[in-house]
Amino acid sequence: MFRPENPFAPRDPVFEEAWQAQVLAIADSMVRAGRFSANDWAETLGAELARAEASGKPDTTGTYYEAALASLETLTTASTAITPLDLATRKADWTRAYQRTPHGQPVDLARARSSDTPDR
Amino acid sequence: MSTFDSKHAAGLHRHIHSHLPSDAALRVKTLESLAVEKGLIAPETIDAWVEAYSEHIGPMRGATVVARAWCDPAFKARLLENGTDAIREFGFEGNATGHLKAVENTDDTHNMVVCTLCSCYPFSILGMSPAWYKSAAYRARAVREPRAVLAEFGVDLPEDVAVRVWDSTAELRYLVVPQRPAGTEGWDEERLAAIVTRNSMIGTDRVLRAGAA
Repeated sequence: MFRPENPFAPRDPVFEEAWQAQVLAIADSMVRAGRFSANDWAETLGAELARAEASGKPDTTGTYYEAALASLETLTTASTAITPLDLATRKADWTRAYQRTPHGQPVDLARARSSDTPDR
Repeated sequence: MSTFDSKHAAGLHRHIHSHLPSDAALRVKTLESLAVEKGLIAPETIDAWVEAYSEHIGPMRGATVVARAWCDPAFKARLLENGTDAIREFGFEGNATGHLKAVENTDDTHNMVVCTLCSCYPFSILGMSPAWYKSAAYRARAVREPRAVLAEFGVDLPEDVAVRVWDSTAELRYLVVPQRPAGTEGWDEERLAAIVTRNSMIGTDRVLRAGAA
């Protein structure tokens, strides 16, 4: 199931999707800023990965990054002032902001908050 | 408006406006914007990290370290004694890398690195880990049946060569120093670094070839 590395092969993109890089960037920055420890991160991620495996999720990069994202949410709400409700509210705001932003324009949260009337 | 019409209108609305990112992408945006707002992290740190690990920080750093160890016995001694300090000589230290221990392959010992818990890896000298390193299969099998795993990676390990498997943690990560191949006498460090594969520094590759450069 594993294969030898081909040193001549073109380099694969390091991340499949931008959010995957951002999850690790935020986690690393939180560790460096002392919001949680590297050990907390490893243990939480290890537990998430074990849970994913036990529930029969495929052994893929996608599953790995999903576990990493869940770990970051868990540690952020456990070790900072950010609550699960903050996360839910903010996600709903972002969703609304995207839905209200015409294609090609920058998306910002003001659009979710400023008015209940979507842009035309 | 009936429920159906509302849904239909909302669908059209989404279509003509900005594409709604995936659920995961929205959750990450949520985390980042809240963490920045609350002063937990700086936004420029995140952007710089993503750019560095997407473009600049990769296995060439580790290869440079290995090539130096091959050419400079005093450096090699420092590297094996204290990897964390030794990579500082290159400016390759990274907080996420924790302490670094370099382990050297010899004629009778092969070293192989895994993180059985999650995916701890010496990011600052090898860049992001390959997908297989993070897989449940590798994390479980590298310890249980390292020779079978090595065979799948194309490493034909003679019976009389012992395998040592090093289990990484958040605090202690490993770099395998592969053996310098024959036929590279007189090469400079840059030329040597070009034949050091990423997998050889994780231990899923063993015999490097002078012809690869």
